[in-house]
Amino acid sequence: MLKVENLNVIFGHGSARNHAVEDVSFTVNRGESFGIVGESGSGKSTVLNCIAGLLHNWRGTLEIAGTMIGHKRDMAFFRMVQMVFQDPYGSLHPRHTIDRTLKEPVAIHQLGDANKRVEKVLAEVGLGDRFRFRYPHQLSGGQRQRVAIARALILEPEVILLDEPTSALDVSIQAEVLNLLQDIRLERKLTYVLVSHDLAVVSHMCDHIMVMNHGRTVEEITRNQLQGGELCNQYTRQLLVASKGYDRAAIDQFQDY
Amino acid sequence: MNSDTLLSVRNLNVSFPSAKGDVQAVQNVSFAIGKEKIGIVGESGSGKSVTGRAILRLLPPYAKVDAEEISFKGENLLTYNDKQMRQIRGKQISMVMQDPKYSLNPVRTVGEQIMEAYSIHRRVSRRQAKEQTLNMLAAVRIRNPEQVYKLYPTEVSGGMGQRIMIAMMLIPEPSLLIADEPTSALDVTVQLQVLAILDDLVSQRGMGLLFVSHDLELVSSFCDRIIIMYGGRIMEIVEAAELHNSTHPYTRGLLNCLPKIEGKRERLPVLKRDESWLKADFSHTLSGRE
Repeated sequence: MLKVENLNVIFGHGSARNHAVEDVSFTVNRGESFGIVGESGSGKSTVLNCIAGLLHNWRGTLEIAGTMIGHKRDMAFFRMVQMVFQDPYGSLHPRHTIDRTLKEPVAIHQLGDANKRVEKVLAEVGLGDRFRFRYPHQLSGGQRQRVAIARALILEPEVILLDEPTSALDVSIQAEVLNLLQDIRLERKLTYVLVSHDLAVVSHMCDHIMVMNHGRTVEEITRNQLQGGELCNQYTRQLLVASKGYDRAAIDQFQDY
Repeated sequence: MNSDTLLSVRNLNVSFPSAKGDVQAVQNVSFAIGKEKIGIVGESGSGKSVTGRAILRLLPPYAKVDAEEISFKGENLLTYNDKQMRQIRGKQISMVMQDPKYSLNPVRTVGEQIMEAYSIHRRVSRRQAKEQTLNMLAAVRIRNPEQVYKLYPTEVSGGMGQRIMIAMMLIPEPSLLIADEPTSALDVTVQLQVLAILDDLVSQRGMGLLFVSHDLELVSSFCDRIIIMYGGRIMEIVEAAELHNSTHPYTRGLLNCLPKIEGKRERLPVLKRDESWLKADFSHTLSGRE
């Protein structure tokens, strides 16, 4: 469904040159959920932004559903690929009602039937009709993230790019949103690319996981490998130890990679 | 009450006035802390940060704070005026905030700011203060203190900024440190390294640590005791080692809804909130330390 080959992104020039993504390649099959894990600055979100068409200065090959995509995207691309961002407070227009936010993509893509679509998608993400004419500030963080998911779903895409969808939420709300994402994926047979710093979230959601550090792929592992601790790379192993909680003795062994 | 008790809080109430009536942010919170690590855990809006700030009187003036007792080393802080409180803040009780970006002065070098925290409480020469600052920077494992001393807060990374904050808060040698989500903006490995520094310094100097966090798993592996808050009230106080045996429905709910690396891919159990938690009386669990 999605194929990324030798993706390179460089920001800045001269001494400020930053090779943010270096020769990253991976493939995601249709209906699969693919995870990218890494610490801040590892380039994981940059990869996602390239796929979504939010960045233009990349080199490499991107292929979606068998067709190559370039730096300019057409309407059909955006109907197929949608994105959900990290910050539910920043990604919704503060002066548009939920109804207006959700109708905008419908109008842009001239799909028609806006009222019915909004109604259906709100029910699907577990927000009733009573939320429809509210403003974002009248919603909680979890409800806003549901609206962001609804906005991505309303175009009936096949691929959804998730950039840390739950890291701004409380754990109890995170559980609700993760459940919702799983249900929707199974129901609509969606393909996910999920970026997160949290190994537990990625292992819960994804079958194939790519670990990134300093713009490079460290290794690509399956969920079973992660659970069994069969990791070849020291960096991944350290991440796994770190995600298990505070252990004074283990911390002295930590290295910078 | 033991002579080891550093801080004891009894029936702390904080409310914020609003157009729709007062909002009770903290209700009847009581606990005592000695030379130990206590974690306060809760979701957003549970009143955990407000509790920490109320102790140091750092809440905005419109907040209504009242308590039967907030005493530090036997002294009643409630009777202190602003000038006396300034003697407590930093020197006796200090507080590490969540975000070094907003808590440090952007137009002064970090060295100067740490030095100020030291010399304000002590009559020392500039040279001594600088020497002490460099030692402190080394103590929080900054490899090149001389260089970092001259940097501005914008020039340091998040992990280093947080270490600088910790250096600044520890340099007056307080007996109690309140840390309000000191590491939640950091990467996991850096987070643990910063915690290890805190841990070592706390045990070397025999300090008390009140650690405010939303991360139950982290707190249970880091602290000695855990206070679990919900809706401004203490749900329970448990020994960290006993956390996983807790029977309180809220604690159980929080623990269960975390995705786990070893877990099966089932639907995550969702926390079901119960109004009765806010009414139930948990004071019997609050008798606390002998």
